[in-house]
Amino acid sequence: MSKYLLNKFLYTVDRDPDLVERYRHDPRGTVEWWEAERANVVLNLPESERSTWLRFTDAERDALSSHDYVRLFELGSHNFLLLTLFIALFERDYDEPLAFQREFAARLRHWTLPYPDIST
Amino acid sequence: MATVAAVVASTHHPFYYRASTATGEDRPPFADEWVAKIEAFRETLTVSRPDVLLMVGSDHFHQLWLDNMPQFLVGKAPFYDANFYNEEREFGLPRMFLQGQEDLSAYLLREGMDAGFDLAFSNELRIDHSITCPLITLRPQADLPIVPIYTNIFAPPLPQPRRFVELGKTIRQLVEAWPSGERVAIIGTGHLSLELGGPRQFGPHGPDPEFDRKAIEWIASGNLESALAEVSLESLWLPGNATHGFMDFMLMMGVAGENAKADHVDSLDLFHTMEAYFTWHPKEGRAL
Repeated sequence: MSKYLLNKFLYTVDRDPDLVERYRHDPRGTVEWWEAERANVVLNLPESERSTWLRFTDAERDALSSHDYVRLFELGSHNFLLLTLFIALFERDYDEPLAFQREFAARLRHWTLPYPDIST
Repeated sequence: MATVAAVVASTHHPFYYRASTATGEDRPPFADEWVAKIEAFRETLTVSRPDVLLMVGSDHFHQLWLDNMPQFLVGKAPFYDANFYNEEREFGLPRMFLQGQEDLSAYLLREGMDAGFDLAFSNELRIDHSITCPLITLRPQADLPIVPIYTNIFAPPLPQPRRFVELGKTIRQLVEAWPSGERVAIIGTGHLSLELGGPRQFGPHGPDPEFDRKAIEWIASGNLESALAEVSLESLWLPGNATHGFMDFMLMMGVAGENAKADHVDSLDLFHTMEAYFTWHPKEGRAL
């Protein structure tokens, strides 16, 4: 389990308009590139001082690579980061305001409390 | 000594700016009622004639990140840029530029640490909508210096609810003891029941109207005893997975004081969350 890294992916993509578009159009390629090049960059350090140990589990990599937000919720990614990025990715494809957000909720309807643990 | 000009607590709905400025077909049907309530709320701050705004909010994973996460942080900078690309993208919020008040920041950091809170600080802090939303609603001209205080209500492990209340009480005492002639309004925003990124999000009402009713009653009457008895880090998951933001309301109840009845109480049942607005006018802080 590397919930921290899942969240780091959501966080660093969400704050970068170019990466949001890249992830929308090429999720698998973006995840592969990000894991190879960005996963170990400490955000407040020079790139040469990177970490050496961070990698996704296969389940996490697959969920990110298929835009599978239900699975990402179930893997314990942070609910706020998950929602914010997926609104940026897909809200534009729906005609009605909040239609994507309501579909997101509906696809999680089988979940009752307690939800997956988001602690990192 | 400084005067606490007003204590103000509210939700911070990021859609208010867009709803209130929309015209024609884009203007939502609830906008006029919402604007009327906000203008009445704004007046409660205006009449208190503040010189400086001490503002409590929470960074929504903008500048503060899981590699280095503070629980309570005081901004100490001469200026603050505000709002982020993803808030422009999702909410249409404008970029803002705010003046800081470093002497009050420095005082709160020193005295707050000596009072038992090991406060983090930031000399270069970009402010997000937890603080800009109440500026837009309460002081849209954004012409007063601010001191931002951020709390961690997002990234577990979180401080206990009691700690938020204690920090609020300490902030009140410290501001009252600040050797300054300034009038300080203490403003904080949080959430009632709220679900984001979960199955109960964006329903016709907030996810737990019964919690909202009870919470508004606790805040309006200053009933810290009941709030503390019923609220825990575990219980806050029940009304909605983003309801830990209620602890910022509890902090503000600490600022307002035990059993302090709010002078202004209002709410608005929106499509996915209950909006709520509270102002206390401390006797010594009355404008007239």
